Amino acid sequence: MHIVECVDVNKTYHQGKVKVQALKGVSLSFEKGSFVALAGPSGSGKTTLLNIIGALDLADSGRIVMDGNAFDKMNRSQRADLRLNKVGFVFQSYNLIPVLSALENVEFVMLLQGLPSVERRKRAKDILDEVGLQGMYDRRPAELSGGQQQRVAVARAIVSNPSIVLADEPTANLDSSTGKGLLEIMKQMNEKKNVTFIFSTHDNMVMDYADRVIYLRDGMVADDRVKI
Amino acid sequence: MENVLSHEGPPMYLQMAWRNIWRNPRRTTIILLAIIIGVWNMIFLGALTRGMEAGMIKNGIATLTGNIQIHHKDYRNDPVIENSMTDPETVESAMEKILPQGAHRTGRVRVNAIASNARHSSGVTLVGIDPKREARVSFIGHAVKQGRYLMSKEMYGIVVGKALLDKFETKVGHKLVLMSQDTDREISSRAFRIVGVFRAEMAATEKQFVFVTLPAAQQMLKLDKGISEISIILPDQQDNGRVASALKDALPDDTYDINTWRDLLPILNAYLKLSDGFMFIWYLVVFIAMGFGIVNTTLMAVYERMKEFGLLKALGMKPWWIIREVLLESVLLLLMGMVIGNILSFLSVFALSGSGIDLSALAAGAEYVGISRILYPAIYAKDVAIANLVVFVLGLMVSIYPAAKAGRFTPVEALTHT
Repeated sequence: MHIVECVDVNKTYHQGKVKVQALKGVSLSFEKGSFVALAGPSGSGKTTLLNIIGALDLADSGRIVMDGNAFDKMNRSQRADLRLNKVGFVFQSYNLIPVLSALENVEFVMLLQGLPSVERRKRAKDILDEVGLQGMYDRRPAELSGGQQQRVAVARAIVSNPSIVLADEPTANLDSSTGKGLLEIMKQMNEKKNVTFIFSTHDNMVMDYADRVIYLRDGMVADDRVKI
Repeated sequence: MENVLSHEGPPMYLQMAWRNIWRNPRRTTIILLAIIIGVWNMIFLGALTRGMEAGMIKNGIATLTGNIQIHHKDYRNDPVIENSMTDPETVESAMEKILPQGAHRTGRVRVNAIASNARHSSGVTLVGIDPKREARVSFIGHAVKQGRYLMSKEMYGIVVGKALLDKFETKVGHKLVLMSQDTDREISSRAFRIVGVFRAEMAATEKQFVFVTLPAAQQMLKLDKGISEISIILPDQQDNGRVASALKDALPDDTYDINTWRDLLPILNAYLKLSDGFMFIWYLVVFIAMGFGIVNTTLMAVYERMKEFGLLKALGMKPWWIIREVLLESVLLLLMGMVIGNILSFLSVFALSGSGIDLSALAAGAEYVGISRILYPAIYAKDVAIANLVVFVLGLMVSIYPAAKAGRFTPVEALTHT
């Protein structure tokens, strides 16, 4: 079953007077519960594709459908609801809310979803325990290491039971052993909760963990390999 | 979802807003200081202005005006002796019924006269008073600082102001001759002996008025029982209009003219209206200075956190929630500033409530517009409410721009902002 389908997606940016065609007729579909790496050199369109799949950005043309929801028929508010309820994000630079503690950062998405505080707190603690951050609930991002912050970001991304987690170079700022630990956690979540993960990455280790690697070059799919 | 948020959300949103405003303590302190000084300035300077106005009204009322005056209908246009009230008993019985408990009243003769002694002469206003009643109505009862006050049946005693005494180079016990036109249109004069010297807030008052007893004035001017005016002091300022219209209803308007102090002191009344306008303009000027600070600070904070707003949007926060979050930060700042500003204003007013501000150095000029030598600040709930409302409502309005800016960033634009 496909969780996301992209059909003939095009995206062009304007950098001053220069037009940059970031995606050129990309058509891809992603199976539910898959662990996919989008690889390719800088400027190949990985992050642009991830942003479009996550409804953070709009395609100029083409069709994207997530869990039966066609993006081109959705307004800004509906796209915000989709991000809130179906998509989890993990960013390269962690992007935690600096004034909130680890626990509050994880709780925040559930607050936006309108869950009662008791449930929020319990689920946030459970997921932080799962990613190995027991006893660090009250630490602010500045009091956590890069790896710990990224684990909080992963916890935040999956706590609301999204259909898909989009991770933009999640291991780029981490050393290899921390990155490996993080990938283990994400793989576990993928297997345990059947959450779909799509990564953009340069990191071979991420590609090793992925069960499918899609290579992008100059905004087009250059290769698409499924590991058996 | 909105409903659940409204029950569950606020504490965490509030916490977030509170922590966000303290992310840059120096900047927050500066903007807080701007709000505090603005609020303090509005309330405290407003209290000084109100204090000055209250002093002017008090002086105006006490300087032989009263809250309400009753005259012969032509007296105010032509204050000659012929335009006196010849039947004060009719008025007296009407007042008996209408005036509230605690009100005081007195009848007076008031005519223009010439005062002279061996060396000097000067135009004055001769005021014939009932010493006991007058003491409860105007300043003169407690203003005699040298010699003594008038006695009820005294026919030749006169009380003059210190400034006139100095001008005439005379002293208590010496004679002063008063000359005026009587009811027969003849010049009438009488020699009085100075029994007392009064002091007033204004030197002009000390030069203008001389006081004799009512019978002495009536006899000198051949007025019989006639009087020029009745002055009424009411226990509550708010009653002016109500009592005046009750008196108008009770007395024939082709014979009597009834006015409140606002009619009798038109310049003061106009000044008070003007002063309200100036206060509002002052509030706006202070606010504009403060408003720029608020916009600037909030805008700086918004641009600094642009990436964070992108993240919030990526997480599914809608633009309106982001606007609400930024506005909440402004509300917290405004409320903090207002609370501290109010406390400081009240403390400043309290500190000056005992001794006031001595304006003696300015009094020579200030007295001509009726400003008291000592200025006591007066806080009115209405002024405090307006100052706070101006700061809060306009503060919130100027915060809308940076808040809307934060709400407008697209997630990608904000997340890639460096």
